[in-house]
Amino acid sequence: MSQPNDFSPSCPVPLAQYEQVLLAHGGGGRLMHQLLERVFLAAFSNPALDTGHDAAVLDVGGARIAFTTDSYVVHPLFFPGGSIGTLAVNGTVNDLAMAGARPIALSAGFIIEEGLAVETLERVVASMRDAAREAGVPIVTGDTKVVDRGKGDGVFINTAGIGLVEHGLRVAPASVRPGDAVILSGDIGRHGMAIMAVRENLPFESAIESDCAPLCAPVLGLIASGAEVHCLRDLTRGGLASALNEIAGGAGVGITVDERAVAVREDVRGACEILGFDPMYVANEGRFVAFVPEADAARAVEVLRRHPVSSAAGVIGWVTEGASGLVAVRTPLGATRVLDMLSGEQLPRIC
Amino acid sequence: MKFVDEYRDSAAAEKLLGAIRGLVTRPWTIMEVCGGQTHAILKYGIDELLPAGVTLLHGPGCPVCVTPLEKIDRAVALASRPDVIFCSFGDMLRVPGTDRDLLSVKAAGGDVRIVYSPLDALRIAAENPARQVVFFAVGFETTAPGNAMAVYQAKRADIRNFTVLVSHVLVPPALEAVLGSPGCRVQGFLAAGHVCAVMGYTEYLPIAARYHVPIVVTGFEPLDILQGIHLCLKQLEQGRAEVENQYSRVVSEQGNRPAQALVAEVFQVVNRAWRGIGEIPRSGLGLTESFAAFDAERRFDLSAVGPRPEPAECIAGLVLQGLQKPPECEAFGGRCTPEHPLGATMVSPEGACAAYYRHRRIAAGQGSVR
Amino acid sequence: MCLAVPGRITSITGDDPWTRTAKVSFGGVLVDVNLAYLPDVKVDDYVIVHAGFALSQIDEAEAALIFEELSRLAPDLEEGGEPAA
Repeated sequence: MSQPNDFSPSCPVPLAQYEQVLLAHGGGGRLMHQLLERVFLAAFSNPALDTGHDAAVLDVGGARIAFTTDSYVVHPLFFPGGSIGTLAVNGTVNDLAMAGARPIALSAGFIIEEGLAVETLERVVASMRDAAREAGVPIVTGDTKVVDRGKGDGVFINTAGIGLVEHGLRVAPASVRPGDAVILSGDIGRHGMAIMAVRENLPFESAIESDCAPLCAPVLGLIASGAEVHCLRDLTRGGLASALNEIAGGAGVGITVDERAVAVREDVRGACEILGFDPMYVANEGRFVAFVPEADAARAVEVLRRHPVSSAAGVIGWVTEGASGLVAVRTPLGATRVLDMLSGEQLPRIC
Repeated sequence: MKFVDEYRDSAAAEKLLGAIRGLVTRPWTIMEVCGGQTHAILKYGIDELLPAGVTLLHGPGCPVCVTPLEKIDRAVALASRPDVIFCSFGDMLRVPGTDRDLLSVKAAGGDVRIVYSPLDALRIAAENPARQVVFFAVGFETTAPGNAMAVYQAKRADIRNFTVLVSHVLVPPALEAVLGSPGCRVQGFLAAGHVCAVMGYTEYLPIAARYHVPIVVTGFEPLDILQGIHLCLKQLEQGRAEVENQYSRVVSEQGNRPAQALVAEVFQVVNRAWRGIGEIPRSGLGLTESFAAFDAERRFDLSAVGPRPEPAECIAGLVLQGLQKPPECEAFGGRCTPEHPLGATMVSPEGACAAYYRHRRIAAGQGSVR
Repeated sequence: MCLAVPGRITSITGDDPWTRTAKVSFGGVLVDVNLAYLPDVKVDDYVIVHAGFALSQIDEAEAALIFEELSRLAPDLEEGGEPAA
């Protein structure tokens, strides 16, 4: 028997690029961005698309119209604090808000799996009606299709939205400047952990509810206050880390965040600890980051705190010179580490 | 959270760092064995805060990184069977096998499910009597009691559609393999606190004596790691080589006896191959004869999935032993990144290569920071 | 390996020692945890939990030791340590 040190260390044949789409490609992380670039952006490229922001802003006959779309495939359909319906409305409303637009109208397309109870569909639609009412946005057109049993997860919903940009700001990653303050609107991680709590195989009971909410009021309030808003981004899949990485990459700047300034509720933290999740990467549905010049930061925070959904807003970091595309975190011990884009999606771990 | 937050206190950490700085008079190299400790070190930036002469090497303490290629291939083969529900801890899903990983199997339609506890896999078996349920029983000694319990309860409840694919490894033989390597630079160890919670730490006494290395049983929060490093450095500076227990709030010298007893009943010590290192005698666990009926490698014909020659591309093995650092690998950061890992040390968030990849980016992109 | 988290036992059910289960609270989130390896723990005890199993009870007296140690360390700082960066 050879000695343990008498060997040639080796490694398995590498996995080449995945030739099939994986669930991880929908996770909001690096794999998803690679797929977007390789397949979609390569094919569709145009100036509006290439700004890479949540909504496209188009100049139409003198008006600036924001246009966005999103699809919702969440499972389970109902979870603490929301449903696929509330997500479908708020998600698209929020993408418009992140372009600095006032939402005007939504469309809603449904792909329904054969066998779904009509009563379930009614509950989803009722939640959409309520969310649309709360956001003050009508659903003006739509479509329904039915697919064979097994070909859909109950129901998939696509919403598209149009909004009006009624100010002169260009709210996009390209407007971000070194020295800008990064403001976070509230505590993170609620939505992702609320979903986890109701998934089978991950047995825990909690009172965590999704933070799903419309964000147009605080955003429009912020813009109306005269703050020079450079960029906005709502946190969705991939969490705070992904949003910051996308903006740092899109704007070609560095961002530094103080971990101590990022709030996580205790029960969200507990859930993250047991599954080995980093809250920075956990999905949110009612939180955003705002980039404003340092001089506007204090006033911006004060304006945001007047709105219930952003009542805990605060500065969490700054945009830096150099370090293009890099997001760094100052740890509670005072060291610095990179907050990388997530590779795929976070998986519960024991290790 | 009690027993968590207070061990993350920055003022206390600063005191420990100050004590460490005041203590060292020459360079020292310490290895932390456990992936969870590596994770905490990187998350808090502890290695950055230590004095320049103190080098931390990341050891083979991650079951993801050391599970042999053949075992992954067998997992993939089982998960690909239409009659099988394959259950696993999330850690294993992206570890590359020869052609595929479990995530790809799931993408292609395999019934692969992530579970939090091995008892969840057993429950799935009870709820799906017409299907075969295979659980990927990986881990170090910390996970063995839970995995043993799942098998034990399966036998007790006569659940016949449940089997386990076993890939358990033991820490002390790994330490000896590291210490026995010709290029070994490790002068002291931080032993894995949760492994010792189960096993106690008497096994380390002969190792400390034979190789004259201090071994400090260490926890996982920043204060634990800093205190463990401090105690280890104090021993090194004083020329001592003892086993010390920093993690005394959780670890006792004898460990958890009932857990050890059930592990001894369900499992037995076997020779085990470690990915990138080769076979280490008596370094793994296999099922005992009385539980052999629950061995997936007996129930299913996996003879077609044997040991594969591993093309030498990545140096994970050398990295795992602390003999080389990730940036010394040619593929590092180019052909091998967290998105397209060549080896397990890049897949695992605690893997040394993934850790270095993130740090390398900091050094390359250092901008002005407030 | 060994992601294990401290939590507080809020309730215990089951008479069979192999399947005795606790609801353990982690910051308010409750997880079902097998107690077979800690037959003597009670409600309100703190345990370390790994993959759904309680492996060790936290010794509160030992837990405090690190802080007593730290208060003794402070004098060292003045002698040889460098000021905090």
